[in-house]
Amino acid sequence: MSDATRTGPTGGGAALTPSPYPLTPSLSCAVEVQDLTKKFGDFMAVDSVTFTVEPGEIFGFLGPNGAGKTTTIRMLIGLLQPTAGEACVAGLDVRTSTEAVKQRIGYMSQLFSLYGDLTVDENITFFAGLYGVRGERLEARRAWVLRMAGLEQHHDQLTAELSLGWKQRLALGCAVLHEPPILFLDEPTSGVDPVSRRNFWELIYSLADAGTTVLVSTHYMEEAEYCHRLALMNRGRLIALDTPANVRRLMKEPLLEIVTPDGPAVAQALQGAPGVAEAAMFGRAVHVAVEDAGAAATALPAFLASRGLPVERIHTIPPSLEDVFVALVRREGGAVAG
Amino acid sequence: MRPLSRTRLWAMARKEALHIGRDKRSLAMAFAVPAAMVLLFGYVITFDINDIPTAVLDQSRTSQSRDLADAFRSAGYFRITRQLASDDEIAPLLTRGTVRMVLVIPPDFAKHLAAAEPAPVQCLVDGGDANTASIAINYAQAIVASYSAKAVLKGRTLPVPARTEARVWYNEDLKSSNMIVPGLMATIMMILSALLTSLTIAREWERGTMEQLAATPVHRLEVIFGKLLPYLGIGFVDIILVAVVGGVVFAVPFRGSALFLMVTAMLFLIGAQGLGMFISAAAKRQFLATQLAMIATMLPSLLLSGLIFDLASMPTVLQVISLVVPARYFVVALRGIFLKGVGPHVLWAQAVGMLVFAAAGLGLAVRAFRKEIA
Repeated sequence: MSDATRTGPTGGGAALTPSPYPLTPSLSCAVEVQDLTKKFGDFMAVDSVTFTVEPGEIFGFLGPNGAGKTTTIRMLIGLLQPTAGEACVAGLDVRTSTEAVKQRIGYMSQLFSLYGDLTVDENITFFAGLYGVRGERLEARRAWVLRMAGLEQHHDQLTAELSLGWKQRLALGCAVLHEPPILFLDEPTSGVDPVSRRNFWELIYSLADAGTTVLVSTHYMEEAEYCHRLALMNRGRLIALDTPANVRRLMKEPLLEIVTPDGPAVAQALQGAPGVAEAAMFGRAVHVAVEDAGAAATALPAFLASRGLPVERIHTIPPSLEDVFVALVRREGGAVAG
Repeated sequence: MRPLSRTRLWAMARKEALHIGRDKRSLAMAFAVPAAMVLLFGYVITFDINDIPTAVLDQSRTSQSRDLADAFRSAGYFRITRQLASDDEIAPLLTRGTVRMVLVIPPDFAKHLAAAEPAPVQCLVDGGDANTASIAINYAQAIVASYSAKAVLKGRTLPVPARTEARVWYNEDLKSSNMIVPGLMATIMMILSALLTSLTIAREWERGTMEQLAATPVHRLEVIFGKLLPYLGIGFVDIILVAVVGGVVFAVPFRGSALFLMVTAMLFLIGAQGLGMFISAAAKRQFLATQLAMIATMLPSLLLSGLIFDLASMPTVLQVISLVVPARYFVVALRGIFLKGVGPHVLWAQAVGMLVFAAAGLGLAVRAFRKEIA
């Protein structure tokens, strides 16, 4: 792909000038972003990102560390000023109505950020106070958060003493004390065991069912499957934006999984082998995108055997989001290299 | 500007108070340190010289020489610990510091007195501590002069053409603690306030709670004022604590208006705490912030505040620098309030100085505090 085939003002220099088509904030969108860009010195952290999020949607940012997920979220919640571009949250321009936006959103950062030396109750009271929740409403919300997080028995305990799963559910509770229409979660489940992660996502679903718009970033591929729509990010750029099913269809080539005791050597040997689009290590297996699954299933074991590499099993598999991501990143990388 | 919210301000203040209450180190620093410092400084920084260990070499061995030695003993400034037999003993005693002064009464002391001739006595003083030495010499001269007058008059009275009737105002007994303890309040509160508050914002950065805080609609003035309130409370308790310890232990008088003391203390505390928060917000790291707070407050408020060393006798450069040492104004105000019982009509300039300090401290803190994560 050459630069000429790109659409819109996405080229490096052009991205820094404000969009010629300013957004008219529309209340039908929960979040509306156009050409949002953030540069730290020479480093392009977020490069001209454009998307909209519908009310009640669970919108996922997927990508490796450093892809620009956190920076994008921080710009949307007013913690960072964008270098260029426009962003509206809850119908308000985040650059001019920063504090008003903050009253209408909830935010949970990737690191545990409640006060460990305060009890569960004291943390709830504090954040409720900052959001202006008090009196009867505070008590009702407190009861709701304690029930939701399963902390009724532990409301008097110091937060530092809670398990990580509990801490995260409490953090979520504190983020939605004021019942914000939009919730931002930046890698909310990092470091949590799979069961707690599953529980956490059930909470996210129940919030979305109640009408809350959720923007969530993750680097867990299986979590991405829970989202209604996915924004795949790499090196500050949005490389795909669709439902998980449609994103998976972006991978055109059939996929073979080769189980082998010597994965690295097999992946290495298959780079540029006849009929192979790409090969990558996935755990203990090698995933190979091929032009023709039937032909490759017989040709590849012979090809590898001739190089002295054993194959235990070879079979066709449906592409996971991770496969798609790797394929898209390769494609993107190729385009950048030009 | 967005209107400030009392709910948010109160939430911040309550949270900060909970932090302090849970942190034993902060609590100890807030209450034990000022009490300990007053006791320490009150006893240690003293210019009063009492009980100077003294040896007497009486070569005269007459009733006159014994009267003179008794005059030294009863004056209260000297404690005669040795009676020497020969002048060989003098040097080792002074060298080892066993005594600080030796009074030598020569053999012909009584004879000279009887003949109404000048009768010299010798005082050998350890000059290692120049301050103590010169005070000891002054006391010794006064004692000898008064002894001489008695010896000359021998019970008669003689009209003296002119004499000094000295009376000391405000600190009648010339007690150092009367001067040190009120002034010390300024130094302690400066160091302590800046040190305690220098932790608060840096702690939020270090623990990652700043990000959550910045994502809420809290106004930065609410953060600064909210964090300030509990420390202001601690500051007032400390002021009262120091005043009570000073009054009970050192019998320091309190002659002025408690209200005026509280008003000036509030200005001073706000300034010192604002400075601490400014350092905290700028440094973003607790260790660095406490170091900076120590450097910014400790030496200036000890040395350039007039607490220990008289500012008027310092080189002009230091006098000019001392103009920006806030403790300087509070030291004068505190001495005025405690010892002289004066109020705003005398101390208005100091009050204005502290008002400027309070405004500057708060202004710096608010400016340095950003709700942005870089």
